[in-house]
Amino acid sequence: MRFVLKTRYGQDLDHFKHNGQRFWYGLLGAVVLALPIALSILHLDYFVGELTFVYIYAVAGVGLMLLVGYTGQVSLGHAAFLAIGAYAHVYFLKSGLPFAVSILCAGFLTAIVGGVIAIPALRMTGIYLAVATLAFSRIVEQVVGHWDSVTGGHRGTSVPDVNFFGISIFEPLVLHFVVLVILVFILVGALNLLRSPTGRAMIAVRDSEISAQAMGISLASVKTTAFAISAGISGIAGALLAHHSGYVTPETFTILLSIELLLMVVVGGLGSMQGVFYGAIFVVLLPTVIAFVRDYLPDDVGQMPGLQPGLFGLILVLFLVFEPLGIYGRWLKIRQFFSEFPLYRNATHKRQKTYLRTERVR
Amino acid sequence: MEVAQLLISGISQGCVYGLIALGFVLIYKATEMVNFAQGDLMMVGAFVGYGFVVLWDWPFILGVGATLTVMAVLGVVLERLIVRPMIGEPPFAVLMLTIGLGFVLRSVAGAIWGNEPKSVPAPYAGEVVHIGTVSVGMENIAIVLGTAVLCTLLFVFFRYSRIGIAMQAASQNQLAAFYVGIPVKRIFALVWGLSAVISAVAGILVAPVSLIDPNMGFVGIKAFAAAIVGGFGSLPGAIIGGLTIGIVEQFAGFYLPAGWGDTSAYIILLLMLIIRPEGIFATMQKKKV
Repeated sequence: MRFVLKTRYGQDLDHFKHNGQRFWYGLLGAVVLALPIALSILHLDYFVGELTFVYIYAVAGVGLMLLVGYTGQVSLGHAAFLAIGAYAHVYFLKSGLPFAVSILCAGFLTAIVGGVIAIPALRMTGIYLAVATLAFSRIVEQVVGHWDSVTGGHRGTSVPDVNFFGISIFEPLVLHFVVLVILVFILVGALNLLRSPTGRAMIAVRDSEISAQAMGISLASVKTTAFAISAGISGIAGALLAHHSGYVTPETFTILLSIELLLMVVVGGLGSMQGVFYGAIFVVLLPTVIAFVRDYLPDDVGQMPGLQPGLFGLILVLFLVFEPLGIYGRWLKIRQFFSEFPLYRNATHKRQKTYLRTERVR
Repeated sequence: MEVAQLLISGISQGCVYGLIALGFVLIYKATEMVNFAQGDLMMVGAFVGYGFVVLWDWPFILGVGATLTVMAVLGVVLERLIVRPMIGEPPFAVLMLTIGLGFVLRSVAGAIWGNEPKSVPAPYAGEVVHIGTVSVGMENIAIVLGTAVLCTLLFVFFRYSRIGIAMQAASQNQLAAFYVGIPVKRIFALVWGLSAVISAVAGILVAPVSLIDPNMGFVGIKAFAAAIVGGFGSLPGAIIGGLTIGIVEQFAGFYLPAGWGDTSAYIILLLMLIIRPEGIFATMQKKKV
C-alpha cells in the first residue's frame, strides 16, 4: 500500500498521483505505439484493424462515459450521434473540406444536435432522457434511410479517400495512428474537463441532484453541456467508424449499436476512464471469441442466430447484479485485497443502498 | 369509409400498445422501476400461447389459461432472481438490467421456438363483422373487448381488493407501507407477476392479427412512448396514450410518405416531452427540498 504525502494543492489536480503511475502509463504508451508496428511487420493487418476498432469504440466510450458514468444520465440513442457524425463527415469530405476541418465540423454539428435534443428531456428525470434519446435514434434511422440526396438512402454511401503525407487512410497502419492521435486528444481533453468546474459540476449532479442544485449548480445547463459534449465526441467516433468500414449504411447505426456502447461502459466500469478501455476491448473481442467458440459447440446452440445479442444481454445483467463497478472496479478490489493483504474485510466494498420515496402525488 | 377503417385498425393497434404500456405503468407505479423488457414479455407470452395451442394442440381457452399461469410464474421468478437484488440501486441500473433481460428473452425464445414468423389461429379468427359500411375483423374486436375487460378487472382489483389497495400503498411510500405491515417485497413480486400476465394477454390478443416472431417485442418501445404520452404512472393514461399513438400511426402511415407511419410514435413522444412533459394525466410534481 502506497501513501502519498501531499504538500501542494496541485497534487490533488494532477493526472498522475505518484511516479509509479507515471512509469506504468509511460510503459503502456510505449507498448501501444510499438504494437501496431510490430503487427504490421509480421503482416497481421487484421489485428491492426481490430486494434483500430477498439480505439474507435474507446472514443465513443469516452463520450458516453462522460454522460453515463460522470453525469449519471442514460442515453439509449448514441448510435444516432455516431450516424450523424459519420454522414456529416462523409458529406463534408465530398464537398471538398480537408480531413481535420471536416471531422471537427462533424463533431461540432453532432454536439449542437445533441444539445438541442437534450433540452426538452432534461426537464424530467433520467428515464425520460433515455426514452427521448431512444425515440430520437429511431427517427434518425428513418431520416438516414430516406434522405437519398445526402445519405444515399438504404444503399449507403462510400467514404472518399483521404491522404496523409501521400499515404491513403485505407492503409490500416495510417488509420490506426490517425485514430490513436484523436483518441489521445479526446481522452486528455475529457480528463481535463473532469477536473474543471464544469466536470466537477457534472459529478455533483450525478451524486445528488438536490445537493448540486443547493450548491448553485444549474441542473439543466450542466446536463445539456454534458450531453452536447458527449454527442460531439460520439460524432467524431462515428466519422472514424466510417473510415474504418469504408462504406456507410443505415444498418450500422441501429439500436443494437447503442446498446453495445452502453454495455461497453457498464462492463468496463461506470465512473472511470480506465473502464472505457476495458469495455472497448471486451465489446470488440466478444464477437471474435463467440465466432471462435461457435465451432466447438453443438450445432443447434452454436449456429443460433440470436446468440450474440443474447449473450450481450446476459453479460449486461450479470455485471449489473454482481459487479456494478465493472471490470475496472473488480481490478481495484483485487488490487486492494493484495495491498492490505491480511487486513482486508469483506464489508470494505459493501454497496450502499438508497431507498426511494416517490415524487408522485397519486 | 377509409377514415373509419383506419380508425378501427388504429384503435385495435392502440389497444395493444395500451396493454403493454399498462404493464410498464404498473411496475413503475409499484416499484419505481422501469421494465424495458415489457415488450419482450409480450413476445414470450405469445410464444407460450403458441406452444400450448399449436404445438401441444390444447383447446384455445385452456391454452390461454395455461399461458397466463406460466407467465405469472415467470414474472414472479424474474423478480425474485434478478430484480430483487437491484432494489435500492439507482434507477438507470434497473433500466439497463431490463434492457439486457429483453435481449436474453429474445435470444432464448429464438432458441426454443425458432426465428421464423409463426401464426397462431384463434377460433374466432377470419370472421368479419359489418358495422354500417365498414367491415371489421373479429380479431380486432377481440383486442378491443379484451382490453376493455382487462381494464375493468384491474380497476376493480385496485379499488376493492386488499392486495390491490396494498399495492397502491406500497407504490406511494415503500417505507410507510412496510411500517403498517404490508409485505412490500412480496407485493413487488406480485406486481411483476401481474404485469407479465397483462403483457401475455396483449401477446395472445395480437397473435391472430399479426405473425409472431422473437423480434416482435420491439413494439415495446412504442408502448413506452404511449405510457409517457399518457403520463407515466397513470393507468387510464396508458390506455389513452396507446390509443393516441395507434390511431395517429395508422393515419400517418396512410396519408404521409413512407417512413412517417413508423416514426410518428416517436415524433409524438418528443413533441409531448416539449409541450407537456408530465403527460396527459400528470402524476408527478417537482420534488421539494
